[in-house]
Amino acid sequence: MTSSEPRSFDAIVIGGGHNGLVCAAMLGKSGRRVLVLEAAEQLGGAGRAEEFAPGFRVSLAHVLNRLHPEVISMLDLTTHGLKLGEPVPSVALSALGEPLVLHGAYGERLEGATSGEAKAWSQLRAQLIRYAGIMKPLLTRRPPDLDGMPLAESAGFGLVALALRRLGKEDMRDFLRMLLMNVADVLDEHLDDERLRGLLAFDATLGSHLGPRSPTSLLGLYYRLTGEISGAAGAQTIPAGGMGAVIAAIASATQKAGVTVRTAAPVVRIIIEKSRAVGVTLASGEEIRARSVVSGANPRTMFLDLAGARELDAGFVRKVGNIRMKGDIAKLHLALDKPPVFNGVSAENLRGRLVIAPSPDHVERAFNPSKYGEFSPEPVMEITLPSLADPSLAPSGACVLSANVQYAPYALREGWDLGRPKFLAAIMATLERYSPGIGKSVRHAELLTPADIEAHYLMQGGHWHHGELQADQMLMSRPVSGAAGYDTPIEHLFLCGAGSHPGGGISGVPGLNAARRIIAMKG
Amino acid sequence: MQQQTPFATRLAAQGHFRTLRLPSPFQPRLDALMKTEEWYNWAGYRAPSSLWDEELEYFAIRSQAAVFDISPMVKYRIEGPDAEPFLNRFTLRDVSKLKPGRVHYTAWCDDEGHVLDDGTLFRLAETRFRLCCQERHLPWLVDSAVGFEVAIAEETQAVAGLALQGPTSFAVLRAAGFAGVEKLKLFDLAEFAHEDGTVTISRTGFTGDLGYELFVASEQALSLWDRLFDAGQRHGIRAIGYHALNRARIEAGLIVANADFVTAEHAIRADRLRMPDEIGLRFMIDAEKPHFNGRRAIFEARRKRTLRHVLVGLEIEGNIPAEHAIVYHNRKREVGLVSAAIWSPMAKKNIAIASLARPFGDSINDDLWVEIYAMRELQYQKLMKRAKIVPRPFIKLDRRGANPPADF
Repeated sequence: MTSSEPRSFDAIVIGGGHNGLVCAAMLGKSGRRVLVLEAAEQLGGAGRAEEFAPGFRVSLAHVLNRLHPEVISMLDLTTHGLKLGEPVPSVALSALGEPLVLHGAYGERLEGATSGEAKAWSQLRAQLIRYAGIMKPLLTRRPPDLDGMPLAESAGFGLVALALRRLGKEDMRDFLRMLLMNVADVLDEHLDDERLRGLLAFDATLGSHLGPRSPTSLLGLYYRLTGEISGAAGAQTIPAGGMGAVIAAIASATQKAGVTVRTAAPVVRIIIEKSRAVGVTLASGEEIRARSVVSGANPRTMFLDLAGARELDAGFVRKVGNIRMKGDIAKLHLALDKPPVFNGVSAENLRGRLVIAPSPDHVERAFNPSKYGEFSPEPVMEITLPSLADPSLAPSGACVLSANVQYAPYALREGWDLGRPKFLAAIMATLERYSPGIGKSVRHAELLTPADIEAHYLMQGGHWHHGELQADQMLMSRPVSGAAGYDTPIEHLFLCGAGSHPGGGISGVPGLNAARRIIAMKG
Repeated sequence: MQQQTPFATRLAAQGHFRTLRLPSPFQPRLDALMKTEEWYNWAGYRAPSSLWDEELEYFAIRSQAAVFDISPMVKYRIEGPDAEPFLNRFTLRDVSKLKPGRVHYTAWCDDEGHVLDDGTLFRLAETRFRLCCQERHLPWLVDSAVGFEVAIAEETQAVAGLALQGPTSFAVLRAAGFAGVEKLKLFDLAEFAHEDGTVTISRTGFTGDLGYELFVASEQALSLWDRLFDAGQRHGIRAIGYHALNRARIEAGLIVANADFVTAEHAIRADRLRMPDEIGLRFMIDAEKPHFNGRRAIFEARRKRTLRHVLVGLEIEGNIPAEHAIVYHNRKREVGLVSAAIWSPMAKKNIAIASLARPFGDSINDDLWVEIYAMRELQYQKLMKRAKIVPRPFIKLDRRGANPPADF
């Protein structure tokens, strides 16, 4: 479609990332006429696969560990071609000895651990998953509204309290004791194996500006364990066809729901009349009107740039300006001549997620410089080889390596133009220790710093959660109080992205929750 | 001369830490006239409660020309291409209707719609304003400026101010040689030459009388004072203190922040916060103007009927001022408090400003009483007096808005 009549759409969704698409599909299924406007040429946001070297493609997100079952069933994604595939292992690499492998759903079975350690892990794992399970129902609910919310909605929180009671006294006490602990202290209480401890410390802090010894860092691990794949908590998969296939399935469901999609259509302004959103202006100058506007964009971008501070109260603007969202993750893409070999890792385990995080102390030391605007000289990282699951991502015989590397502070003191080659050298030196000779097989290397991710994916701070996922920015404080329930101070303007509860990762939950809220508010 | 280091500059700018009560730019003149030594603390300044005789100072307002030093009033300069939209979002009233050369009384709220302060907004030019108020708001102003091209500067110390109020105030200005001042209508402002600078004169005031307010660079404060007093000799010009002004403002029905309501930043108790509708400022809310701070909260409170208070004018029987008296319904039920009260020499009535809990003062307006504790030689005489809600102002003086202003 090229033009639009006033009010011909019920809702405009800004941003065709996975949450925007899930929200649009849900709204479309409710009978609304929906238009999705995506700035990029391709849908999918961080899930879209893009070419980074001739013949080599990769997506920013590279592991699927929390696509929510309600999203899968509500949108009937399986009939739209979603194949989750088998869970893949996590491999805690070791520079000197054998790696430790977590098989099944987040280490149901350990390979390479002593029997005593395996037993200790089995108990801790069960405890963590039990506790994460208490919080899991909160994911698909609107955060508590301190100004009061309907009984039916608040009843959900009663269920959480009930689940807590059902834990029994001892367990409940431990749940409450551990809730805001740091992950390193928890690991000290339970585990000895440095490889396993390092991996857990890494997973707890991945994607946040925290080290394992930072207070509340255990929450990151809980968040991960509230995710599930095929009913198994903590499981992860690299789906057949890659992340692009997941996006394709969601996009197909969106199309089925009658949603109109336009790509390369960046929104520059949300039109607001008398404190009510009535449409959007595109970069081309085109104006499109709708009853409601829903934004999957970064919340700060949405409020300050698209809606504008003038339409908001000053205290609210102050809160939005204070959302912490400086990313710490760089994304490495390597175009390799052939699949790499990692010390002691079997060909089968290469299909999993390989983690370089030798110990909690190592992760903590990697974190330290980032507090002062410096990158980690010995970074920690998680590596996948997406072309093993989706051969179309690389030329025949060649291989794509994709890695999330911490810590790469968004605001690097020396600036990323100077820092990027130095950081890449540090990463390659680390990789070489775990995969000797890998450097020689690199045809092309791309390192996306948080600044690059910000520019390319329109994620402020290059932060993949669109805002730090820490206790002070969760639930009714996500993205800020006053906009935590998906509706905003501006009538008929809604949020549906990772900046809203529960947060980031390819889950579709913010999009799902937002759609339910919009439908409930008759938006 | 040795150049000052930045540290020394900063030290010099922090004089108020070392001076517990700042002197006004007019201090030498006030000191010369001060007979009673009754000073009070106005926003950190040493300000006169009265100078010679409270009663006579009051009557100077009503029958002569009274000079009240308003230099301690907090003043902000707001300037830039977005100054109008910025202030339109910041304050309640529609600034796009305020033309250059005009002044209006306005107020501003936090996000919850609670009043942070009230004050006067002077539109000095298309893109330049002065905001005058009781409280300091620089951080709030600066935070509110996100998204606007506007510069905000505090100019409380740099700008001296005088209120010249009373029936002969115009005559004083004319005699002082401010040619053209007769053209100023109520709430007009204009600039006039004074020595090598200018003085901004507005036909505004806090007395309900004919009067003007004059703003000048602090360095020229004394020469302005002298110019007025030289010219005003034969027009009964008198310096006055706050007690006299307070009587006049009560008669004019005007409220004072932190006297008749508690400002949102000062209130410690949650139920002391007030929305504009609760302190008689409902008229400022304009549903048609662009977004302003607190808009949503205010309209939601109206829709949900959660407004709890109302500010009213009272006429009370007898002649004993009911200051801080409790207001009762049916002599029994406590429904409010008097925040300001005097015997009004102009109205010849016992008047008061009071805050009542709705529905009293809103839909139930009869059978109201105030209990006055009159101290009579170490014994309270408790008086239960009938009170009647009346419109404010309590007095209306034609000379306030008369054009041309009366000459003497």
